[in-house]
Amino acid sequence: MESASRLDKNHQLSLKELPYIVQWREDRCTRCGRCTAVCPMKSIEATVYTQRVVSSEGSGPEPKVSRRLTQVVRQVTDIDRYCIGCGTCTLVCPTDAIFPEYNFQHKLYHVKNKGGIPFMRGGRRNDPSQSTLDKLKFTRISMLTDPALDAGRHEFRIRTLLGRNLPAEQLPLTVQGDKLIAAAGSFVPPVREIYPIRIGSMSIGALSPHMWEGLAMGITYLNEVEGLPVVMCSGEGGMPPSILKSRYMKYFILQIASGYFGWDEIIRALPDMIEDPAAIEIKYGQGAKPGDGGLLQAYKVLGRIAKIRGVPQFVDLASPPTHQTKYSIEEAVAKMIQSMSMAWGFRVPVYPKISGTKTARAVLNNLARNPYAAALCIDGEDGGTGAAYNVSMDKMGHPIASNIRDCYLDLVKQGKQNELPLIAAGGVGKGGNLAANAAALIMLGASAVDTGKYMMQAAAGCFGDEYNRCNVCNLGKCPRGITTQDPKLYRRLDPDKVAERVVEVFKAADVELKKIFAPLGRSTELPIGMSDALGVNDKEIADRLQISYVC
Amino acid sequence: MCRLSAITSSDYFSPMENIHALETMKEGHDGSGLGLMLKDMAGPFADYKQYPTLSAICSNKGLGMLEGYMKAQGFIEKFSWEPPIKNVPGVERREHYIAKVYDYPARYKDRPKAEQEDLLMHTRLALRLMGEPDGSLFVFSFYPDVLTLKEVGDPLQLGEFFGIEKSGIKSRIVLAQGRQNTNYAIYLYACHPFFIQGYATMTNGENTAFVPIREFLTGRGNEGYTGYNSDSEVFTHIMHYTNRTLGYPLPYYKDIITPMKDAEIEKRSDGAALRLLKKSLRPLCIDGPNCVIGFTPDGTVFMVQDSKKLRPGAVGGKAGKYALMSEVCGVDSASPDRDKSTDIFPMKYDMVIIAPGAQEVQVWNQLHG
Repeated sequence: MESASRLDKNHQLSLKELPYIVQWREDRCTRCGRCTAVCPMKSIEATVYTQRVVSSEGSGPEPKVSRRLTQVVRQVTDIDRYCIGCGTCTLVCPTDAIFPEYNFQHKLYHVKNKGGIPFMRGGRRNDPSQSTLDKLKFTRISMLTDPALDAGRHEFRIRTLLGRNLPAEQLPLTVQGDKLIAAAGSFVPPVREIYPIRIGSMSIGALSPHMWEGLAMGITYLNEVEGLPVVMCSGEGGMPPSILKSRYMKYFILQIASGYFGWDEIIRALPDMIEDPAAIEIKYGQGAKPGDGGLLQAYKVLGRIAKIRGVPQFVDLASPPTHQTKYSIEEAVAKMIQSMSMAWGFRVPVYPKISGTKTARAVLNNLARNPYAAALCIDGEDGGTGAAYNVSMDKMGHPIASNIRDCYLDLVKQGKQNELPLIAAGGVGKGGNLAANAAALIMLGASAVDTGKYMMQAAAGCFGDEYNRCNVCNLGKCPRGITTQDPKLYRRLDPDKVAERVVEVFKAADVELKKIFAPLGRSTELPIGMSDALGVNDKEIADRLQISYVC
Repeated sequence: MCRLSAITSSDYFSPMENIHALETMKEGHDGSGLGLMLKDMAGPFADYKQYPTLSAICSNKGLGMLEGYMKAQGFIEKFSWEPPIKNVPGVERREHYIAKVYDYPARYKDRPKAEQEDLLMHTRLALRLMGEPDGSLFVFSFYPDVLTLKEVGDPLQLGEFFGIEKSGIKSRIVLAQGRQNTNYAIYLYACHPFFIQGYATMTNGENTAFVPIREFLTGRGNEGYTGYNSDSEVFTHIMHYTNRTLGYPLPYYKDIITPMKDAEIEKRSDGAALRLLKKSLRPLCIDGPNCVIGFTPDGTVFMVQDSKKLRPGAVGGKAGKYALMSEVCGVDSASPDRDKSTDIFPMKYDMVIIAPGAQEVQVWNQLHG
């Protein structure tokens, strides 16, 4: 006969349902309490067990059984407090007595919908398999018939253009004698020369102040000391007026999205801005969560963020899935691009960002005919987000590789591949191969790539991965202090160290890009669309991307 | 590495001089082919300088197609020439090597030159399209006072095969290219020099930026930007696009294929224009290794290097005759009694330009414009 207490636990979860099971070594634990104090989910707690002890003290075996109370660290099975596997407990444990272990048999998605609310999280698509980008190899190696370049000796120019490049036929040039003369006063769309790897849009609000400052300091150093013109995008939510009015503004791309958060402050700062931003990005979609607008959950809407965004504290800030004024691409989008261009006197490139989609080519074809559109940024399904429904992240979206390739080849057909640059985003560096992924996308046709999640992982030690580790960016509980507005958490993160890592990451990527481009015999211009350099050991991918199949 | 041999002269000379120069530059086996392009001709073509000459290789079937098409288009044949072929071991003889001189169709006789040139290019491409599927007809050039001969084999043997000495053909400009033994299964349309509407170039080295350049050119809306059986054909089309279509003066070719650094551009008096060109024509930037030699419709001959000067190139001679070769021994062959101290070895910023008549060599330096 079962006891009543057993029956009572029938609707509780067992540890085996949870994605991470905490392994705790009683023999090593000193009961210092650091792990339970630091756990962002309160998934482990100190408690007391009765322990059965068998001892024998005589000269022969005379076992005696006794019971004593002992302190233990126990993992809770409450789904609201499930262990996210972040490993902060391991980080702080002085005796290596505790670590979370991934449980391949977990049933998190079956049960994480309490109250009828679907599972929400941060991070990106939980797919740990090798990405298409990581499968691509560079197979056109310059050998004896054409000398490979020397990545360490030859001069390399790894730069790209952000902005609408007029076709040569439309340039305001006249021949005078044996010289070409540019006609003064003629309008030529603004074009920025930037580094081809950008830091993609992550907002103040989604990121902690220390993280954002670290990134900002990092790119400033890269620009001003290292000579690498790296730019970063503000994401939706504005920027502090102190930066808006500073000389550093030229290193930032301002994003406007469907909630228009932060744009009151930006418009107010406009008359006092001494530098134009690098560009304006109009966000129409996000690869991680197509069809959803931006979302900053109430946990993160604290004083400073509320002020920058011009909203009250402690409310969910959900941007609409689409711009409310967007009734047609032909008119509304064109008007928005023109309005933003006009706000900065047509001195700043303005371009839309969309999520990867089968309809990207239709968008592209419209923009190709809009002389004010400066680029198109396509964000693939492996892009990251601070907050979204799991279903949106895992099941919605389009891979970036074929999306960017299709769009590039469409532009080639129209002869506009240099006119309208494509920017690829979503999963760049997902497997840790930032430069290789960037180079592959460039050779598929991208003029530049965005990376976000990789920067958090590489520059600030973000725990998140594709086994759903951590991924609580939405809750403001980031144990690294990267995606939280809680001072107790973000003070763990040293902005100087983040900046230092940003610089290291870009310097390393720059060397790696040279190590890729040099054997291909390319150094002077970015090998945009150099698809003959690519190969892949998968016939279907090769056919789809129109590159070589190699084996 | 391919061998390049160009000579420009105030007097007519035999293209055998170019072939002998190629022979001096030969290293090891070479059976990959020879391309010869003559401009400003004497000999059998002397009386037809204003009429377009069509250069082709064809089978009997191809010849029938060609003649039928030309007649249907209204071209009137004025002169037909075949080189005095002599069978040579190792060279596979095809049925016809021909050069036919035509008068324009009546409706084109008084049209502007540009329209006539468009007709010639369109006709060449139409013939190519007809003959390419079964290899019955290869057309290399169709333009006034330009003759092209191409075949696979050793250049010296091909000179004998074509009976160059015996034929009496001469010209004031000759481009000749011999392919080295890294090439195999040579397709005639992959043989240099390449030609489009009066522009011809030949190149050695690989063009590592070939695919993006090809894709950019094919998007320019010019039906002539086609073929690309060789990665070097784009060099001819870039010259045509920049000089003819865009109307840029010749030296801008150098600025487009090897744009300078921004700091260098700032120092040029036309820096503002260069900044625009660098952006708008970004996909035409080459990375080499390449040495390009060619001529323009007016008979100007040029040599230009990639931005790192990864291939050799030498120019030498004396007033009235200059040789532009991929190696200095080729210059020695073409102009043995010159003052060698005046030889020019163009470096990464240089473009050698020799005006028609070959009276002097101008070295245009990109840094100074």
